[in-house]
Amino acid sequence: MSIQTGSQTVGPYFNIGMIRGGENSLVQDETVGQRIYIKGQLLDGDGQPVKDGCIEIWQADAHGYFNHPADPNQAQADPNFRGFGRSETLGAGFWFKTIKPGIIAGAQTPYINVRVFSRGMLIHALTRLYFSDESTNADDPLLNSVPPERRATLIAQREEFGDVPTYRFDIHLQGDQETVFFNP
Amino acid sequence: MTVSNTASVIDWARQPSYLYEGYKSTVKRGPTKPLIPMAHTLSELTGPVYGHDDLNPLDNDLTKNSAINGEPIGERIIVVGRVTDEADRPVRNALLEVWQANATGRYWHKVDQHDAPLDPNFRGAGRVLTDENGEYRFVTIKPGAYPWRNHHNAWRPPHIHFSIFGREFLSRLVTQMYFPGDPLLALDPIYNSIPDESARQLLVSTYAHDITTPEWALGYRFNIVLCGSRETPFETKEV
Repeated sequence: MSIQTGSQTVGPYFNIGMIRGGENSLVQDETVGQRIYIKGQLLDGDGQPVKDGCIEIWQADAHGYFNHPADPNQAQADPNFRGFGRSETLGAGFWFKTIKPGIIAGAQTPYINVRVFSRGMLIHALTRLYFSDESTNADDPLLNSVPPERRATLIAQREEFGDVPTYRFDIHLQGDQETVFFNP
Repeated sequence: MTVSNTASVIDWARQPSYLYEGYKSTVKRGPTKPLIPMAHTLSELTGPVYGHDDLNPLDNDLTKNSAINGEPIGERIIVVGRVTDEADRPVRNALLEVWQANATGRYWHKVDQHDAPLDPNFRGAGRVLTDENGEYRFVTIKPGAYPWRNHHNAWRPPHIHFSIFGREFLSRLVTQMYFPGDPLLALDPIYNSIPDESARQLLVSTYAHDITTPEWALGYRFNIVLCGSRETPFETKEV
């Protein structure tokens, strides 16, 4: 086994290399699925917004398929949906326009993988976003492995604004409401 | 589809901790509670797929991709390397995003107010895909050292930032490449946050005379090993 390369912080200037316009919208006109917004703040240990962070998301298409060769159902994946999004966190936080993912093979409820980078983080942190309006969350093994009092940190709250629902998902790096982060 | 994993894919003995006193910004930003083990589902074993259509022809030449009216100032260099998994298998079509300061140690970024000149012909960002052998190559300018305010007289050693997308969600890596023989490395808390000496040294590129091009540019080699699910590429997990 070769030694895996060590992680280093993205630093304060990552948007030169990691941010291109438009990567926070995952949908095209032809993309299948219910449009949603995801909005949130990345907050530090003082509860202050992190203005030089970056959130990446990875999710299945509307039917729960990934456009990736490891998915046995790749051939059925939506060709108009890559499933990857990225948003820097400026003063107003981060936001994505995407679709509500389907339930993937073997899973019980829909979810989105979330990765957090920022200046001051030597290695990224991983979390998951679940949806407040999914009763099947109660059947999810990962969610059930989290201490009950911390589960709420993983659940994006649905808010209604017009035709496109918004899910609010704040990420707390520290503090009483520290988001649950995973060791994959 | 859910597979229980007994060990993390992240080698925490060789990766930095979230909290590292020497790097002051970690104190308010590093998660403090224990991480919760995560079994791998299809969502961790897949990831964005990139191809040549995603890149522009000059993305791998930072000396040309933002030039306005001439060559950037500084020492031209060629950076090559191989991206593999921990079993030494090449990772093909890995997307590498790179960014860096210019030769004076100044970033093309509004937050960087270091008293050193910007270069109108160098913005310092590029992208490259690995080939069939997992190998990549780009051309740039050797970055300068620059001061930061982490502690008294703190200077970052010259480095190039790398963001890498491997074959699955688990393989994602952001790191920094350093240059051999740099006396600032011993003083740099970010470099020294890697707890293991041999792992730390892997972040230092090696001078590559076989890559150096006569009358044109010096070569450096920086190989990258991505973590992952340790499965054969593109073979799905058994139920």
